[in-house]
Amino acid sequence: MRPEATTLDSVRVGIVTFPGSLDDRDAARAVRLAGGISVPLWHGEHDLQGVDAVVVPGGFSYGDYLRAGAISRFAPLMEQITMAASGGRDALPVLGICNGFQVLTEAHLLPGSMIKNNHLHFLCRDQRLRVENSATAWTSSYAAGDEIIIPLKNQDGQFVADERTLDELEGEGRVVFRYVGDNPNGSRRDIAGISNAAGNVVGLMPHPEHAVEAGFGPDSSAAGQVGVRGGTDGLGIFTSVLKKLVN
Amino acid sequence: MPRIVVDVMPKPEILDPQGKAIAGALPRLGFTGFTGVRQGKRFELTVAGEVTEEVLEQARTAASTLLSNPVIEDVTRVEVLPETNEGEQ
Repeated sequence: MRPEATTLDSVRVGIVTFPGSLDDRDAARAVRLAGGISVPLWHGEHDLQGVDAVVVPGGFSYGDYLRAGAISRFAPLMEQITMAASGGRDALPVLGICNGFQVLTEAHLLPGSMIKNNHLHFLCRDQRLRVENSATAWTSSYAAGDEIIIPLKNQDGQFVADERTLDELEGEGRVVFRYVGDNPNGSRRDIAGISNAAGNVVGLMPHPEHAVEAGFGPDSSAAGQVGVRGGTDGLGIFTSVLKKLVN
Repeated sequence: MPRIVVDVMPKPEILDPQGKAIAGALPRLGFTGFTGVRQGKRFELTVAGEVTEEVLEQARTAASTLLSNPVIEDVTRVEVLPETNEGEQ
């Protein structure tokens, strides 16, 4: 179904836009800065246009009526994505960021859910994370244990799941990102991002697409001191999937 | 027209941050008789015609697939609402 990509600049990454998506353009820009081609996908379409990977970006979807992601998971395009992402290790790589992460949980591509932050406030800050698993489709540019700093901005960011699910996630190495330092929202076991069993589907609450170009990123990097807005720690997420698809 | 009511509540083991905030506000207003608050959702599904067992079954399925997220919420009630007075919606 998907043509084999042979060079980075032949990898096509679809960026889904729902009514209310905010960060779709930033996600598209991140894909381009990583060296790939971004392909805009509209939620109401049935055709994935042969893309090699998909980013479900942040913002809102259908106004988040009912619950974030509850209605968007039934969008025609989401049904295509769910099918294409469910085929094991070589299935379509899918990344859900923030609201996109919530959409993936509602679509049952990832376990758990996000509820309102334990302090009830909207929180926007540059957040330090630890990459716990570098074997997923979206984290191979990092080493396990690497720390990154990328923006976090949400009001419904508290990751919850039952204890059995949490144990399973930990046991199978499917906790991909963990908050370092103060837990910003009460997420169980400081979990910031997880993957499915095959590792092709990853979701996280913080925003790697906002830390991909010096001059437009956070003021800090986990790698050391950077200039004002010089943080680009999120770029590796996007280069990871491009490299995986070329190899 | 008959209506089916669906109640959805956060699971007991899930902390309900909104309920907690409301519980904090109550004593400030002098309502000191309550030790906790949990905030849920109520849906009213209007039915065109008679509420058959098939329609009720549809409501139950909708309640568990769309109206609630079983990871964080329980459906606590799916019930036909008694008809209200004439002229009332």
